[in-house]
Amino acid sequence: MDTGIIGKKLGMTQVFAEDGQAVPVTAIEAGPCTIVQVKTQENDGYQSVQLGFGYNKRLNKPKTGHLKGLGSFRTLREFRVDDLGSYEVGQQIDVSIFSEGDIVDVTGKSRGMGFAGGVKRHHFHGGPKTHGQSDRHRAPGSIGAGTTPGRVLKGLRMAGHMGNERVTTQNLKVVRVDAQRNLLLIRGAVPGAKNGLLMIRHARKAPRKEA
Amino acid sequence: MDMREIQELIPNPAVEDMNPGDTVKVNAQIREGDRVRTQTFQGVVIKKGGGGPSVSFTVRRIAHGVGVERTWMIYSPLLQSVEIVRRGKVRRAKLFYLRGRSARDARIKEKDRPRPAPKPK
Repeated sequence: MDTGIIGKKLGMTQVFAEDGQAVPVTAIEAGPCTIVQVKTQENDGYQSVQLGFGYNKRLNKPKTGHLKGLGSFRTLREFRVDDLGSYEVGQQIDVSIFSEGDIVDVTGKSRGMGFAGGVKRHHFHGGPKTHGQSDRHRAPGSIGAGTTPGRVLKGLRMAGHMGNERVTTQNLKVVRVDAQRNLLLIRGAVPGAKNGLLMIRHARKAPRKEA
Repeated sequence: MDMREIQELIPNPAVEDMNPGDTVKVNAQIREGDRVRTQTFQGVVIKKGGGGPSVSFTVRRIAHGVGVERTWMIYSPLLQSVEIVRRGKVRRAKLFYLRGRSARDARIKEKDRPRPAPKPK
């Protein structure tokens, strides 16, 4: 696995493919990122590169020390890599690690829905709207049998907190790479709200075409 | 970065700026199997819709006694040209009422054009 890149979701739009098809895309402002730390098996017990992204006006003392001489970054994220070979602290990573047609995985934090009911959270159907129903319109229905088993089974889908969790969407296609503007256009939707932080990697499960 | 900057929309120079009620002649590419050819479709613009990169227009014509409507996206690369044949004078933005009408009832008045400069004698 190679390193990925950190980005910011800008929003969705559409572009035309050569055959005239309109393709829905998410625009992501990705990178440039700086390698801040290279973690090795011997030192840290695993291999990864830590990237810095964005700009931070004020850094606390520990971060100032950690980022000495590298700049000031808003976010630090790690990417596990198989081969540390060519990665060095201070090296720049930009969108040119991807090219058009690549398949990528995008990780972000999904939009928080708060405490959501069963209809929204698990796509329950709710109750009938008419025929003498009161207060049953969005109710979850039965949550179990009677005396046997005499309890509610664990893991039963109910209302509760929804969203605001780490979500990865796999196997999305890169439609366009604009290295000049640090812009990626990726086909389809991507987790999270506009301006949300994203991590973009080459897809784990899709075969890589070698450049 | 602002969303609007992401894609510069380049207007197709061959696509004239049309309005509902105008009669237009559309030359668009169509695919038949692995062959690509240009088809001409002439009719009345009955609606313009959408915004940003997805603006579209719909053209209606009567072909062999049957009403046919086709919709294209204005920025579509399939559009080779759109010429205005006649400017129509209409009072609404969506001309769906034409669907229920035919022949004489479906006529649209021509918009008054600025008079061409008199020819020098």
